[in-house]
Amino acid sequence: MASIPMQQGLLLAGILFSLGLVGLLVRRNVIFVLMSLEIMLNAAGLAFVVAGARWGQADGQIVFLFILTMAAAEVSVGLALVLRIYHRFKTLDSDAVSEMRG
Amino acid sequence: MEVVFYIAAIVAIASTILAITRLNAVHALLYLIVSLLSVAIVFFVMGAPFVAALEVIIYAGAIMVLFVFVVMMLNLGKKATEMERQWQRGSMWVGPSILAAILIAEVAYMVASPVTAAYGATAIEPKQVGITLFGPYLIGVELASMLLLGALVGAYHLGRRTPEKTEKK
Repeated sequence: MASIPMQQGLLLAGILFSLGLVGLLVRRNVIFVLMSLEIMLNAAGLAFVVAGARWGQADGQIVFLFILTMAAAEVSVGLALVLRIYHRFKTLDSDAVSEMRG
Repeated sequence: MEVVFYIAAIVAIASTILAITRLNAVHALLYLIVSLLSVAIVFFVMGAPFVAALEVIIYAGAIMVLFVFVVMMLNLGKKATEMERQWQRGSMWVGPSILAAILIAEVAYMVASPVTAAYGATAIEPKQVGITLFGPYLIGVELASMLLLGALVGAYHLGRRTPEKTEKK
């Protein structure tokens, strides 16, 4: 970490997060939406690790471990929901599921 | 070591752009795996070897395999054979292979060079991470275990094989 400035790492995290956000907004396939969420969570974890390396503390890596756990839980439930959506609606279009008119 | 970081960052951004613009889900997953591997190299260069290993094992291993399984389950039928024929042509895995070859070259370069040059003297070892994780953050570990248990029960409940009875009610 001595040779790499923190700004570069945070810039990389920001770019990856923006790409995930663009993918989340543009795609309508539910699988791609989940993949974009994974990109965004990974970028957030990268920002934590960069900050933790900057100050030489282990806390950033521990927060990354929690983000990893949360991403695993989220994606398992999300993919189970995707399977149910496909079996019921025969499509992966996220607009097809908007049946709830509130 | 700055060169390794910048090359890995460029590979990460390029493969992520390619991942969110693919039309086929399996192609996008291949690029996404390459993106996660390059982020793992960034972690290693940053002085976080434990997190880099976890990124490879859990993110690029377990979570992406989950995605691949679901995509395989959704593509049953005659579309699957058509897709299998496409996979055999080999034109689609050239891009991820080139990006992964760059990453392998970086890893070989880091293995060949002395360890102190690979990540600086400020590297945070797994021992320090473990001591902090099971010290001040013990309640977080317990909460994470409950979250995983809840996700397990929820995924099992959603994935059961009796859809009609529960939905019609």
